[in-house]
Formats: sequence, structure tokens, C-alpha cells
Amino acid sequence: MTAPPTHADYQLSQLDQLEAESIHIFREAAAEFEKPALMFSGGKDSIVMLRLAEKAFFPAKIPFPLVQIDTGLDFPEVLQTRDNWVSRLGARLIVASIDEAIRKGVVVDDGKTSRNRMQTATLLNCVEEEGFTAMFGGGRRDEEKARAKERVYSHRDDFGQWDPKNQRPELWSLYNGKLHGGEHMRIFPLSNWTELDIWHYLRQEGVELPSIYFAHARRVFKRDGMWMSESPQNPCREGEEVVERKVRYRTVGDLTLTGAVESDADTLDKIIDEIAIARVTERGATRGDDRFSEAAMEDRKKEGYF
Amino acid sequence: MTPEMSPVAEAHPGRPPMDLLRFATAGSVDDGKSTLIGRLLLDSKSIFEDQLEAVEATSHSRGYDYTDLALLTDGLRSEREQGITIDVAYRYFATPTRKFIIADTPGHIQYTRNMVTGASTADLGLVLVDARQGLTEQSRRHAVLLSLLRVPHLVLAINKMDLVDWSEEIYERIHDEFRQFATKLSIPDLVVIPISALKGDNVVTRSENTPWYHGPTLMHHLEHVHVASDRDLVDARFPVQYVVRPKSDEYHDYRGYAGQVAGGVLKPGDEVVVLPSGMTSTIEAIDLFDQEIDEAFPPMSVTVRLADDVDVSRGDMIARVRNAPKPSQDIDAMVCWMTNEPLRPRQKLAIKHTTRMGRTLVKDIQYRLDVNTLHRDQETKALGLNEIGRVQLRTTVPLLCDPYSKNRTTGSFILIDEGTGVTVGAGMINSGA
Ligand SMILES: Nc1nc2c(ncn2[C@@H]2O[C@H](COP(=O)(O)OP(=O)(O)O)[C@@H](O)[C@H]2O)c(=O)[nH]1
Repeated sequence: MTAPPTHADYQLSQLDQLEAESIHIFREAAAEFEKPALMFSGGKDSIVMLRLAEKAFFPAKIPFPLVQIDTGLDFPEVLQTRDNWVSRLGARLIVASIDEAIRKGVVVDDGKTSRNRMQTATLLNCVEEEGFTAMFGGGRRDEEKARAKERVYSHRDDFGQWDPKNQRPELWSLYNGKLHGGEHMRIFPLSNWTELDIWHYLRQEGVELPSIYFAHARRVFKRDGMWMSESPQNPCREGEEVVERKVRYRTVGDLTLTGAVESDADTLDKIIDEIAIARVTERGATRGDDRFSEAAMEDRKKEGYF
Repeated sequence: MTPEMSPVAEAHPGRPPMDLLRFATAGSVDDGKSTLIGRLLLDSKSIFEDQLEAVEATSHSRGYDYTDLALLTDGLRSEREQGITIDVAYRYFATPTRKFIIADTPGHIQYTRNMVTGASTADLGLVLVDARQGLTEQSRRHAVLLSLLRVPHLVLAINKMDLVDWSEEIYERIHDEFRQFATKLSIPDLVVIPISALKGDNVVTRSENTPWYHGPTLMHHLEHVHVASDRDLVDARFPVQYVVRPKSDEYHDYRGYAGQVAGGVLKPGDEVVVLPSGMTSTIEAIDLFDQEIDEAFPPMSVTVRLADDVDVSRGDMIARVRNAPKPSQDIDAMVCWMTNEPLRPRQKLAIKHTTRMGRTLVKDIQYRLDVNTLHRDQETKALGLNEIGRVQLRTTVPLLCDPYSKNRTTGSFILIDEGTGVTVGAGMINSGA
């Protein structure tokens, strides 16, 4: 007989606990849903998602495709990282383009709606065309007040809408994957991660991230208090002046809406230090489309966006 | 008493916190729960400037003469408009030692359902009472539910001590009354703390107003309460989630059983039994991503390989040959009912237990538990929304279960309405059939 195990020997760090929980969620959903897919945005959260999915099914390949919405306004560095990951994992990538959706008449460009908002319609159309029953998303509950009540398995009606008053109770780690015809599920394996957890995990794993997360010299101009990248898709308006600054991005998205912050953080250690003392939320700092109203996120979720 | 002086002022260093604590909060409306959570977030520096500014602006525009910290945890717009919270919300904060996940459960009609949900994953329950009112029927109910859900640690925070002149007598009276009530429950660890959520006393910083109190501050207790030993490390339980078959040249013959360890410690070389088939084999290896590891314990997610070519699929359970749950189709459980249409005998439902789905028939409802008085009402033959009762079920597939008191993972299940797909009940399996 060996001595009974003591509890001190069997401790998992909180990051390992989060990882174990997320892997459990990935496996659960892969087993229960007929046709899942992973929403890949190219951002740090979806990189963590890919890493977790890689670990969950290893040595098998990820048993579902990745879906990316091509806004036509994505940072080239992000697309490069995406391609590197896809080829390393041998994963299947489906790109749904907003421009194509507009051409096909699935999405209406009325000149008022932001491209980020048009993602919603493009995504829902892709889900329908491909017949996906569950979509993994990288949303975290700490991102937004409106997300604090989101479930891990978030149930959407046949219009892809989210009804915050009609969510299923979620107990223990028993996720309810029952679907009715036409309904589908959004699945959020990172629900319990915070922004800092994401960065700590990326440092622990040492995996490739889009280079724009790290401080670099870039030609930028000020708009609405944010540094915007000079690019053909986002021309300067009158009175805006292009200067070179050392900047980095805290979130990646549509380059006409995503602002950079001035920073010297060119390594993960420095980024973590910077975030640890940051006094402004990541969305508050750099996401133009969320600043329109406090409840913008909630509205987009109700419409079916993540 | 400024937050700057507090021990958590150095939160968020470059190193991640090592440990994780999940806790559920409970309190009646206006006991100060939102204020307390706001205080914990603020004093642990988990609030960003833009969030705080928004809350300060709102407080100012409403004519308050202090910043209403409760606004920090406000949820969805419709609720904001109605001024109420209706659902479990999850909040996060961290100190250098621990990361915290708060399941914030609102205090009114949908109460039991929400609280059971929030408590299901909690290591600790935090019950708030207003010092001026003392224990109410609701506080007792909160304690009963936390005990039923086997939340191993309980904190009773006596709030608004500033409004009762920091009276030691009042603290002692509520403390005694609660301790007496708690003897009827299963609460292994109880701490009672006098606080002012609004002013911050004994939340993060020790209060000068309560020299008679020698216990920990709330934050100190949350940071140091020992939760690692709450797991069962003796009875090995591994519900199979997913069969990994790479079908690649490199891993041609690889066949692994992926899952999250629900109990005990698994090691290569262990003799195991696969349930419900009863076939036996030996653990050949345990994979954690691309590494083979020596031991797997809860809550690790791993992939187990067996030495023999036995038939294993999702929903099966791997356990030790001489320590395995007995497959059973007759389940005796406490069920919390979560939907308007009552639960009745003869009803058919879907059931999910660990990774196993099946169907079940309600054979009998033995009694309804009055969560305020603990009275067992044997006359009622139905369970309404937010009611809890002892129920006998017959399942179509055998469940590989343990008593909930031994293992919260293998002892719990959910009931699903087959028509709507909605989760309608939560069950905790009793020991003995
Ligand atoms: N004097 C005093 N007032 C408090 C304290 N905690 C909360 N309050 C007030 O009590 C009221 C209800 O608090 P709130 O946090 O919204 O309660 P909830 O309904 O439990 O979330 C608010 O006006 C708070 O400012 C306290 O410790 N002392």
C-alpha cells in the first residue's frame, strides 16, 4: 500500500484549470453537435481558441472547420497569422466575404451600417448555407457588462437571435445541447477567462500571434481620439495628419474602426505589464463600433452577432 | 481607509495568480450585494477608469452624494431599465494569490432556480444580511440551498454595520442565531464577518470600528480559504467524452478516450473497468496534449489509452476495478424544478448525467422540501417552479453515478424537456437507493 495522496500534491494552477474547463467544452460540443464550426476572427482570443481545440483533439486534427468573415478591411498581418495556423494544424478554413454577401444581395450596404455590423448578416448567412448547428466563439464574460449573463452554450432561435430573458439554466458542467429544427448554438469555451488570463496563457504557450499586437512603428492619424492606421481602405479626412508613432493594437478587427494605442510593449512580458496597469477597458480604448452606445454590444448580440 | 493601503493594491502582477476560487453570492434585495461586489471589484483594482467614470457620472446625474458601486455590476439594458437583476451573472477579479469567479445570483422570484445554478459550481457561498434586520426567511433559504448543493464553505456577511453603530451585540446575536440554524444543515465551514460594503469596513481592509472582531476580513478569507481538499482524490472516475481516432499515417493505431477526470487519481498501469459493459483493462498511457503524464486528477482534461482493445464510447465511465459505481436505472434524488409547468409522476424527460444522455420516467415524488422550514410535505404530488423535492426516477440507460455528497460531478444530473429542449430540472443523487 502506498500512502494516500495528499491534496497539496494534486493542485492545478488557475490557468491549467481554465484550460481543462475549455477543453471539456470543446470536446462536449464536438461530440454532441452534428455540424460545429469555429468562428475565427484572427484576434488573440481566437488564437487561444485554436490552441485549445488543437489540444482537445490531439493527435487527431480539429474535427470541425474554421469560419472567418472577410470584411475586406482586415489587417494583412492578421490574415498571414491565420494562414500559418491553418497550415500548421491542417485545418479546414471557410472564408465568408462581406463583399460577396453584398453582391449576392444577402447583405444590404445602405451606407450607414458599419462593416462590423454587416458581419452579422454575413455570418448568419454562412451558418445557414453550410448548415452549421453550433458555432464556437471567443467571447469572454469579462468583456462587457452585457456578456456577464451569457451562457457557455448560448442558444439562438432560427433567426440567430439571442433572448437574454429566455436562457437555459446552466448547472455544473452539464451543458444542454438539445436543438430544435432551425435553432443553433453559440458556444463560448472562454467564458471564464479574463483578458489577463488570455495574455498569460499566450505567454505560457508561446504560440504565434498577429504581429500588430506588438509595438511597432506605424504611420497613423488621430480620429475620434484614437490612432488609426494609414491605409488605402481608410483614407485621411480633411484636418487629419499622418504621423509615425510606435503603436500596438489591443484588439484586431475592421481596420477602419480599430484604433492603435501608443506603446513600447514589443514582447508578451511587456504587454502583460502594460495591461496590468491599464486603466481603460480594451473595448473602451480602441473599438469604434462599440462606442456608439453603452448597450451596442447587447443590441448586436440580440441580432445574432457574437 | 483607502484602497491604496490594502493588501491587494498590487493586484495583477506579471505572474498569473496560482489559484482559483468560485463563489456564489446571495442576499435579499437591498441587503447591499451589488455594492459589495462593486467594492470587491474596485478595491482589487479590477475596475477600469472608463467604467468607474461612467458609474460616477450616472451617480452624479441621479443626484446621489456618493458613487453607487452597485452600478458597476448592472447587467442587461432591459433590467437596467426595470432596475432589477433577473439572472445569474458572472464576474471576475483577481489578486496576486487568487483569481475569483463570482456567480452573482439575484434575490427575488426566480430565486431558487438562479441560486441553485450559481451554487452548482461554487466552492464557497457568500450570504449577505442587513444588520438592522438580522436573519430573515430568505437568509435561511440561502443557507439551505447552499447546503443542499454541497457548497463546502459558507460566509455570512453582516452588512450595513455602520447603520447599527458597529454593535458587537447585534453581530453576536445574528451569529448565534445562524449557528443554531446551521446545525440542521451540512455546512462544514462557516465564517461570520461584520462589514460595511458601502464604506469598505472589513471587506478588504480591517475596520477600526470593530475592535471586538478578530476574524479575517472578507477578502483575506476569500484569498486563503482552503478549497483543494474539497475534491475526492480517492475514487477514480473518468466519464468518457470523446473517442480520439486520428486516422493518420503517423498515429494509425491510436485510440484514446478523452475526458475530464471527475474523481480520484488515474495512473498508467492501473487496472480499470469500463462501465456499463464491465470489461476490464489496464491504463496504458495518459496523454495531456503531446505529453504522456504519470498521473491525472480532477479537474484535468486528458486522454486515456487502454492496453486492450475493449469497446469504449462516449457516455461510458472508466473506474478502478475494485472501486466503481454500480450502474443503476433507479435513481433517488433531490430535484430542483425550474420551469412553470409542474413536475408530476409519470412524466417523461431527457436526462443528462456526466457525458451520458438518456430518457427517464418520473416514478414518484416522495415529498416537497420547504426550503424555509425544512419541513417535508408528503401530500404534494407535484413540484412547481422553484420547488425542491425528493424524486424517484427510472432511466432508460443505466447511470454510472455516486451520491452527490461524495462527488458533485458524478452525483448530479439535469432534466431536459424533450419537446422544447429546455433545461427544466437539476438533480442531486441521494446515497442508497
Ligand atoms: N449605510 C450603508 N448602506 C449600504 C451598505 N451597503 C449597501 N448600502 C446601500 O443599500 C442600498 C442597496 O444596496 P444594493 O447594493 O443596491 O443592494 P442589492 O439589492 O443587495 O444589490 C443602496 O442604497 C446602498 O448604497 C452599507 O454597508 N452601509
